[in-house]
Amino acid sequence: MRSADRPLSPHLQIYRWQLTSVLSILHRATGIVLSAGTILLVWWLVAAASGPEVYEGVEDFLGTWIGLLMLFGWTASLFYHLCNGIRHLVWDTGHALDLKSTYLGGWVVVGATGALTLIAWIVGISRWVS
Amino acid sequence: MRSPLGRAIGYGSAKEGVQHWWGQRISAIALMPLCLWFVSAIIGLVGADLDAVQDWVGRPLPAILLLLVVIAVFYHAALGLQVVIEDYVHAELAKLGLVIVVRLLCFGFAVAGIFAVLSLALTGSG
Repeated sequence: MRSADRPLSPHLQIYRWQLTSVLSILHRATGIVLSAGTILLVWWLVAAASGPEVYEGVEDFLGTWIGLLMLFGWTASLFYHLCNGIRHLVWDTGHALDLKSTYLGGWVVVGATGALTLIAWIVGISRWVS
Repeated sequence: MRSPLGRAIGYGSAKEGVQHWWGQRISAIALMPLCLWFVSAIIGLVGADLDAVQDWVGRPLPAILLLLVVIAVFYHAALGLQVVIEDYVHAELAKLGLVIVVRLLCFGFAVAGIFAVLSLALTGSG
C-alpha cells in the first residue's frame, strides 16, 4: 500500500463530535474572533480621542443590528475564552486531566459563559432603557 | 540526549526556550481581572455621551487599566495567532509572512490604543 492510500486518523468527516474537541476548537475560534473584535475597542478609543465627528460614526455603527450583533459575539467570545482559558491554566498545572474532569470542566465553562453573557447583556440593556 | 551546556541553557530546538509559553500564560492571568473590569466598566458607560466617555478614559485609574488592557490583549493576541498560523499554514514563506504581518498589526493597534488613551489622559478633554 502506498503511504498516500493509508487511512488517516482522526478522519474529521466521520469522527464523532464530542464536547472536549468542540470546546478546544471554540477556544481557538473565539481567540481569533476576539483578536479581530478588539480592533473595535481601539477604533472606539481613537474615535473618543479624535472628537465628535469621528465618535458619532462609531456610535452609529455600534447601534446598528450588525454592530450590536458584533458586540454580542464579542462578549460571548470573551467570556468563553476567559472561562475556558482558566480551564487550560488548571490543566497546565497537571490537574483535572482525566476524562471525567475534562467533561465536567467543559460543561461548567459552557454554563458559566452563558450565565456571564446573559448577566452582562441584561444589566447593559436595563441601563440603556432606564 | 542533550549536551550538558544545552541542558543548562534550557533552550530547545526552537532556540527560544519556553518564553512564548510563559508569555501566553502570564498575559492570560493578567487579562482575567482586566477583562472583567473592562466589561463591567463598559456596561457602566452604556448611554454615556462623548464628554462622559472622554472624561472617564482620561481619569488616572481607568487610563492606567485601559493601557494595561490594550498592552496585554495585543501581546496575548500576537502570541495566540502565531500558534494558530504555525499549526495550519505549512508553506514556510506564507507562514513566516503571516506571523510577521500579525505581529506588526498587533503592534500597530496597540500603539494606536495607547496613544488614544494617553492623549485623553494628558490633555484633559481630548
